[in-house]
Amino acid sequence: MHNLDSTIQQKRDRRRMFADLRFRAYGIFGLLIAGSALLFLLVNIFSTGYDAFRQTVITMEFNIDADVLDVSAMPSTEELQEANTLKVAKNSFYALFPEVKKRKNKRSLYKLISLGAELDLRDHIRLQPESIGSTVTLTVPMSSDVDQYFKAGLNGEEIKSRLNEKQKAWLQTLVDNGQVTTRFNTDFFTHADSRYPELAGIGGAMVGTMYTLLICLLIAFPLGVAAAIYLEEFSRDTFLTRIIEANINNLAAVPSVIFGLLGLAVILNVFGLPRSTPLAGGIVLALMTLPTIIIACRSAIKTVPPSIREAGMAMGASPIQVIFHHVMPAAMSGTLTGTIIGLAQALGETAPLLMIGMVAFIANVPSMPNDPATALPVQIYLWAESAERGFVEKTAAAIMVIIVFLIAMNLLAVILRNRTRISNK
Amino acid sequence: MKLYTKEKAIRHGLISALILTVIPTISQARDQIQIVGSSTVYPFSTLVAERFGGSGKFKTPVVESTGTGGGMKLFCQGVGASHPDVSNASRAIKSSELENCRKNGVKDIIEVSFGNDGIAFANAIDARPVNFTRKQLWAAMAEHGPKPAKWSDIDKSLPDTKISILVPPPTSGTRDAWNAKVMKGGCPAELKKKDKKACAIMREDGPVVEAGENDALIVQKLEANHDSFGIFGFSYLENNSDKIQAATIEGVEISLESIQSYEYPIARPLFFYVKKAHIGVIPGLNEYLQAFVEEKAIGDDGYLIDAGLVPLDDGQRISLRKNTKDLAVLNKQ
Repeated sequence: MHNLDSTIQQKRDRRRMFADLRFRAYGIFGLLIAGSALLFLLVNIFSTGYDAFRQTVITMEFNIDADVLDVSAMPSTEELQEANTLKVAKNSFYALFPEVKKRKNKRSLYKLISLGAELDLRDHIRLQPESIGSTVTLTVPMSSDVDQYFKAGLNGEEIKSRLNEKQKAWLQTLVDNGQVTTRFNTDFFTHADSRYPELAGIGGAMVGTMYTLLICLLIAFPLGVAAAIYLEEFSRDTFLTRIIEANINNLAAVPSVIFGLLGLAVILNVFGLPRSTPLAGGIVLALMTLPTIIIACRSAIKTVPPSIREAGMAMGASPIQVIFHHVMPAAMSGTLTGTIIGLAQALGETAPLLMIGMVAFIANVPSMPNDPATALPVQIYLWAESAERGFVEKTAAAIMVIIVFLIAMNLLAVILRNRTRISNK
Repeated sequence: MKLYTKEKAIRHGLISALILTVIPTISQARDQIQIVGSSTVYPFSTLVAERFGGSGKFKTPVVESTGTGGGMKLFCQGVGASHPDVSNASRAIKSSELENCRKNGVKDIIEVSFGNDGIAFANAIDARPVNFTRKQLWAAMAEHGPKPAKWSDIDKSLPDTKISILVPPPTSGTRDAWNAKVMKGGCPAELKKKDKKACAIMREDGPVVEAGENDALIVQKLEANHDSFGIFGFSYLENNSDKIQAATIEGVEISLESIQSYEYPIARPLFFYVKKAHIGVIPGLNEYLQAFVEEKAIGDDGYLIDAGLVPLDDGQRISLRKNTKDLAVLNKQ
């Protein structure tokens, strides 16, 4: 009898142990799947995207002739804006291949050079008008087809290129002369969007995102904290406040595109704020982030023990003093964490921005929050939609940039949490 | 006694500076052109916009791809800096839209028909030339069609060969135009009534293959297989007339003239509309308009032609340029 009992006990023990092991295995399996999906994503993005950080350029002489530019010897700014730098760039490039005479061939020859050449040349002349009439050596970008073909060559890959045999031969001549090299693609960080993949950059979207998040923070943080303090510390538990509470919790789960529609109807149409701007975008995202901040701040306030409030009151502090001198400092770490998580969520939104016109082709880097701008996720979407092959690597590189942004924000959340943590014991 | 500490002063200063910079800039007038509308015109519009902004004289216009209908809705909402200046369209403005525009005070509209979109259905030059109707093409390609294996299954007059069609990817404008004109134009009325979008879905059981953007590769495949057909923009067909030939559609041969006159069924004009009231108010709007119709852009060798636009004929271009220079407004009812 006793023996039988112990075997049953043993069996039960073993079964429990196996159940325990099995559960751990499920956990490890789940982690493995999530980890390998993340790894696959990162490897995929990094292997496509790293090529976007270098740019194929050509170093060549430009003969800046006032007659070809069609300007006077001492041109005004106006004149320079209309200067025919394209012709100068073309003539200078054709001079490298004097044997190419037919018009059709010349056209196909100049397709090796990017629109960036004439733009860079214009910038150079604007900064140094004295160079008119002389010959200068500049390093200018080559076209996207060349860029793709040349970089694939450096990587030892074979790609189907849109370049024809003649163009490849011309390019080979330039490479043999040592004129074609790659350099770090600073344009990618300073330029805004472009229809030419070799000129397109993430700079405009980065500035746009920063402005949008700044506006969002400036609106959502004070409002959110104020609302949370009121609900937690002042409001009585009435039917009305319960309804408000329930609605705030619901609001946190409302699909973001609905905030976009609200933004279109109210912020653009009623208040008449300019379309496509970080100002309007920031306000819409603030509405979206507000519930997150309120909820985070309220739960942070809840964790502050009543003894702190009572001690403050006992010392003769007014309710406001208690809140701002004692409760909020203790609740700050939770509030800030919630705020940054809310902002990180806002950083990844495109749907509400679509409604207020921030999903657009914008080729200038915004200088103010009311200049038209896109945001990082929008830029990724726009490039992923583009047919040009050169945008594939740009898309991946933009994803890398947004990942860096997210990591930085989460890191900031951790640092702030550790810095502002006040022990309640 | 409360001390107004340095820290507080800095904090207050920062906050008031922020408020001061944000508030007055809201009411500022717009100095950047805003364009909305068709995704087909978007690539042309952005190319012009970028080159226009490249000179540094004006800011690069903001171009949104909202679709023709969505663009018209925004465009017609009113006059003033908070409404877009230009609306791109892959069809002419509808009378209902025009009415809506007028109701909201958008009275003088400049219509610019800057070029055409023409699509060829072609096979290898030494294969047999064929004539198709849009109905036959739809039947051969549609998911919700009869899904025949051979052309002769659709109609006895068509060749007794396997159907094999290489189509451009959904991201291309060529595919858009093909969908609009052939897949929707050749779609049976009942299906069109029931679900217009279903008309454009292509079959995925083999005969219709997505071939990527590389037209040169498609040409090679057509040369290798004489039963295969490909879909090309007109400009590409012209440049490769030594390798491929276009089928006639409903008896009409594709040519510059037949596209320009719309006798050829797979062709459509492309437009953009400008608010006259904004010219002179939004800096650069008139200049953008003129830059779009320049020979450099829409002429036979223009950069928009490289991007796939079918040019207007010489006479049309001259009169278009004259009309845009005079800022002639639309007086359609």
